[in-house]
Amino acid sequence: MPGQVQSIARAAAILRLLASSSGRLGIGEIARSLDLPKGTAHGIVRTLQDVGFVEQDKTSGKYQLGAALLHLGTSYLDVNELRSRSINWADPLAARSGEAVRIGTLLDGKVLVVHHVFRPDDTLQTLDVGSLLPPHATALGKVLLAYDVGAANTVMQGEPEPYTRRTLVTARALTRALSEIRDNGWAAEIEEMTPGKAGIAAPIRGYGGLVVGAIGLSGPVDRICDGSGAPRPTLVTYVRDAARAVSRDLGAARW
Amino acid sequence: MTESYVVAIDQGTTSTRCIVFDRRGNLVSVAQREHQQHFPRPGWVEHDAAEIWRNVGKVVPRALAQAGVTADQIAAIGIANQRESTVVWDRRTGVPVAPAIIWQDTRTDAVVETLTRSPGAENVQQLCGLPLTTYFSGPKLRWLLDHTPGLTERAERGEVLFGTMESWLIWNLTGGPDGGLHLTDVTNASRTMLMDLRTLDWHPDLLAFFGIPAAMLPEIRSSSEVYGTATTVLPGVRIAAALGDQQAALFGQTCFAPGDAKCTYGTGSFLLLNTGPEPVHSSHGLLTTVGYRIGDEPAVYALEGSIAITGSLVQWFRDRLELISTAPEIETLARTVEDNGGCYIVPAFSGLFAPHWRSEARGVIVGLTSYITKGHLARAVLEATGWQTREVVDAMNADSGLDLTALRVDGGMTANNLLMQFVADVLAVPVVRPMVAETVSLGAAYAAGLAVGYWPDLEGLRRNWHLAARWVPEMDATVREQERQNWQRAVERTFGWIKPEARAANG
Ligand SMILES: Nc1ncnc2c1ncn2[C@@H]1O[C@H](COP(=O)(O)OP(=O)(O)O)[C@@H](O)[C@H]1O
Ligand SMILES: [Mg+2]
Repeated sequence: MPGQVQSIARAAAILRLLASSSGRLGIGEIARSLDLPKGTAHGIVRTLQDVGFVEQDKTSGKYQLGAALLHLGTSYLDVNELRSRSINWADPLAARSGEAVRIGTLLDGKVLVVHHVFRPDDTLQTLDVGSLLPPHATALGKVLLAYDVGAANTVMQGEPEPYTRRTLVTARALTRALSEIRDNGWAAEIEEMTPGKAGIAAPIRGYGGLVVGAIGLSGPVDRICDGSGAPRPTLVTYVRDAARAVSRDLGAARW
Repeated sequence: MTESYVVAIDQGTTSTRCIVFDRRGNLVSVAQREHQQHFPRPGWVEHDAAEIWRNVGKVVPRALAQAGVTADQIAAIGIANQRESTVVWDRRTGVPVAPAIIWQDTRTDAVVETLTRSPGAENVQQLCGLPLTTYFSGPKLRWLLDHTPGLTERAERGEVLFGTMESWLIWNLTGGPDGGLHLTDVTNASRTMLMDLRTLDWHPDLLAFFGIPAAMLPEIRSSSEVYGTATTVLPGVRIAAALGDQQAALFGQTCFAPGDAKCTYGTGSFLLLNTGPEPVHSSHGLLTTVGYRIGDEPAVYALEGSIAITGSLVQWFRDRLELISTAPEIETLARTVEDNGGCYIVPAFSGLFAPHWRSEARGVIVGLTSYITKGHLARAVLEATGWQTREVVDAMNADSGLDLTALRVDGGMTANNLLMQFVADVLAVPVVRPMVAETVSLGAAYAAGLAVGYWPDLEGLRRNWHLAARWVPEMDATVREQERQNWQRAVERTFGWIKPEARAANG
């Protein structure tokens, strides 16, 4: 059996202490109560603060339990916040790739479109933020399923709709595809929902590496794929770079 | 050949950002830092200019590191800044003599009262394009001179310098006490009430009216020209543009032709309409301001509808009421209900700006019943931004005799989908967002890149503009009209709240 991780045990003790105290506590008080060096206590509290489990009062500088603890079971990153934090990276992805960009999260077994940037050719397009996409037949959806075992199982136990000949509908095909996506760190969808259309997507990660969404582009298959029918490597790089940039911003301090 | 880039510094009201742009106008990296908002008394808003300068020193290297570029790959720096906010500092030590008085600050209402009754008041708006209110730098500077012992004498001796944020940053970037350049650009100068809109020079009558010693004023330059070279932060890089943030956004949206307009949704929101090479005076409560000036070309003017409180109402909801923990959560909360439940918030926190210009107004929440939840309040917060936009668009349409056919938008709040849909609904025209939401920074980068030949001309920049999103009106016309009337009645309830005696005591 692996040994105990000391800092996690200490973090749990700090949370218990904050939960049982009537008011807010300062670093000195926390350190004294747990007999920890002040620097150690501070490091742990700061990390707990970064993940939202602890909050610091602006005026007194003291600490209390954070709101995120109360919502542990529900959505971990507000979808509107995800849009706000990714807008600066979704735009250049669309500009560089020349394709439409979408950001999605899972909602009740479907992909909820959280953000949509038009293909930058100034043609008439309709904003589809708020619409729902099938997870097994889109690049965004497959990325999200690849990192969410529960959702993937639910989809496979249902009867995934065959949109085209190429839609993945069997548990075996989906399982294999999702494992490949985890290995590669990105997903492609080629004519699996609409003939002539394709897409590429990559995961957006928050604190601790948790996947909180997916960002991807989509367009005509001859623009997304090269002559051999594989997704163009430059587009894959653009998508992965954008996903990484958003992830880096999400891991930083909250604003 | 190694790739070169342009750096924009956007010194905003809430935060300071550094953005690296490539030749196609795409954002390559961004670093941002919020600074402290100080509210020492009701109506007072201050920033620490030294903190802001330190933040510039932090965000610029971070943005460069993120982009993986070095200073020698930077073709130019452009600066966009919160406007009107007033800094006075010691030329020898570089230390600000007082906290910066921010544009939303209303401490000068008594100063303004007195000035309004002074001889010469009737000529002020004709000369500078602005109504006498607490918003602009002139009264703020007057207040500082009145309330800081010995400051007037030191200003006359040239020992202290005045500037808005771009002056403060350029002076520090070019050496500070050690030979720092003391200058401003026409757009920022046009917000002081001290500049003659036609000659683009400080006007002696205005200086006399406000009692401002000329020795403390910066030199007025174009918005796009090489001012000098940075000696710190990005040593060796040319500083080639400065614009007030709203004018920078006009530029970034490539509103280069008369009739082009945009609205930027940040702390406050500002609708600007390009009116070409002649200043146009408004008869519906809009301001006349300089849009931009490129090198030696004639200046381009703009009409402006300024709204003081939009994003800052969201911030107030977050930081003061603590009903949400991040600004975007307002949308989530607002979507928990269908409509405003009959509740309206008019955020006259700093009085009301355009088109009302009522400095004695204060905020109200009306229509409260037991039915109202925090979700309805969140809706009312967002709707306040929509209706305030409608008011300035109506004024703009009335002044220009033309009806706006679509609204170009940018700024932090455009990430709010519910809000953008609501704006389209109440204006009854489509709302469009360009591919670069950070249009303020883009405008500063464009102006700097033009000055050093990084971009050849305006036409090339215009071709970079692409549509990223478009919201089309969906609201039923009868509902729109009913809601508009409710809003109007709510606005009337803010008027006359601050009594004249209280204002006098505040002075
Ligand atoms: N998703 C959102 N919904 C509503 N308001 C928002 C959202 N995101 C940011 N804001 C508001 O926008 C403002 C920040 O926008 P920004 O353009 O950076 O402003 P500024 O340049 O004035 O500092 C803040 O006042 C914040 O409350
Ligand atoms: Mg701004």
